[in-house]
Amino acid sequence: MTTVNLKRRGRDVKGAAFKGVLLLSLIVGFATLVTLLVDVFRKGWQYVDETLFTNPPSIDPAIAGARPAILATIYLGLMVILFTVPIGVGTAIYLEEYADRRRWYNRLLELNIQNLAAVPSIVYGILGLAFIVRGLGLGQVLLAGALILTLLVLPNMIIASREALRAVPDTIRQGGYALGATQWQVTARQVLPAALPGIATGSILSVSRGIGETAPLIMVGAVTYVAFDPTILGPFTALPMQIYQWVRLPQEEFRALAAAAIIVLLGILLSLNAVAIWLRNRYQRRW
Amino acid sequence: MTGRAEAAPVRLQSGRVRYGELLIKGLLGLCALISVATTVGIIAALFIPAFEFFQEVSIVEFLTGTEWAPLFEPALFGVVPLIVGTLSVTFWAVLIAIPFGLGSAIYLSEYASARTRSFLKPMLEVLAGIPTIVYGYFALTFFTPLLRDVGISVDIFNVLSAGLVMGVMILPTVASLSEDAMAAVPRDLRDGAFALGATRREVATRIVVPAAISGVTASFVLGISRAVGETMIVLVAAGQQPNLTFDPRAAVETMSAFIAATGAGDVPTGSVEYKTIFAVGATLFVMTQILNVISIRLVERFREEYE
Repeated sequence: MTTVNLKRRGRDVKGAAFKGVLLLSLIVGFATLVTLLVDVFRKGWQYVDETLFTNPPSIDPAIAGARPAILATIYLGLMVILFTVPIGVGTAIYLEEYADRRRWYNRLLELNIQNLAAVPSIVYGILGLAFIVRGLGLGQVLLAGALILTLLVLPNMIIASREALRAVPDTIRQGGYALGATQWQVTARQVLPAALPGIATGSILSVSRGIGETAPLIMVGAVTYVAFDPTILGPFTALPMQIYQWVRLPQEEFRALAAAAIIVLLGILLSLNAVAIWLRNRYQRRW
Repeated sequence: MTGRAEAAPVRLQSGRVRYGELLIKGLLGLCALISVATTVGIIAALFIPAFEFFQEVSIVEFLTGTEWAPLFEPALFGVVPLIVGTLSVTFWAVLIAIPFGLGSAIYLSEYASARTRSFLKPMLEVLAGIPTIVYGYFALTFFTPLLRDVGISVDIFNVLSAGLVMGVMILPTVASLSEDAMAAVPRDLRDGAFALGATRREVATRIVVPAAISGVTASFVLGISRAVGETMIVLVAAGQQPNLTFDPRAAVETMSAFIAATGAGDVPTGSVEYKTIFAVGATLFVMTQILNVISIRLVERFREEYE
């Protein structure tokens, strides 16, 4: 008796070609990423020096820096975290732990958040221009920028927090109720601590998305020339705005400065990303 | 006391109203209301000034006019060149993002080992996390000169470079959403096909992709929506000239680029020029919103099918 041969005879040429095409698709993305990084470092590295961190922008590329922009980006990041986390986590807790899904308004709320996550950032900029800068009369200040970035990243923050809360198994909640805890006691002492790593990861990723945005800041009037350290209620620029300003200038030196500022911005964002990925891998529990 | 407990049925909920609990529920609900207020705010911010604009400029002229020159005398408010510019950039972006995004998703879902996937997926997230201004810089200072070097005579600002780089920007969105949809296809379907002697390629193209088609389509639609709304790449690399052309080598102005360029200038509140921001913004918002609703519907469908 011969054994049954399950494998087809001959090599599957079409299959191999198909796999090759798939690999090529992946390479398109990653090759662009690598090319972009190499290009930015090659052009900008020479300008990443003390001057960049200590000097304000200048018409002379030799002494031009991005200190006000870097500081403003850090302030923006901190303010966005401060505003987004309580509101985002609060909304997520409401939707996951309290809301009755059979009620039409709760379903509408969910749909609304999904929709907001896909609204173009320039539209948030228009909202900021109409209501925060001119409507509230706040003016073109750092706080206005932080508020509009908060609204922009809030949907992502809510979605990430909800996923983290949903990953906590119901047995944890039922255990709490069985011991006589109220709903808030269960939420605050059992569910929330268990969901914390996921929420932290989501917060970091949301903030890193926020501080990379340029278009909404253009609309709320981030100016491109700020020579002094930013204050919360003063005019401001930010790293992406500074990059935009420099890349528009035709001189090679300013293009190189733009590349240098990109290195700083990517440095901040990639470290935030790395922290988020580390947090996720280190603390995420499999139930 | 004991006698009463025996007689009455057990009630797990205490009859007492807990005001603290109610207060907390109220506060959480208030947080949730902020996103409702955001939506109401966006709609009011866009459509009230847009309505005022359409009292000065006829909506027919706006939607059918083929010349956009809001600052000229006489001013022309035909939005068609801006829409064509937007769609033209979107076309090139989609040409990159859809095939390569889908290819990446199939590889990640059907070919990659768990270890490879755990390394590649965060890399895709990094690609998705690069700010759009950085892509704009890359399109203008690297990709446009590269196109010229290979013999494509593009203008300094052009559709092709902005569109192709934007395609790479959207690729992770398409890949990651499609991969989610494919991962939701039950294993049994694949095993059944393998048992009938199908190759891995046949399983991927004839079983998994068709089974995940609503989720995959949703990822395409969301990708298109992101391309339509994207601002910085086009503002930096596609130019600010409202030419009515489909020529990918020429400069155009997209809706988003017009809004940003006008918003950056210090426009006096209440002027017609100020109101164009909202009229164009409302048009852009309606276009992306239609795409988003389609995409959300499609995602819900694939959830219903397999969950």
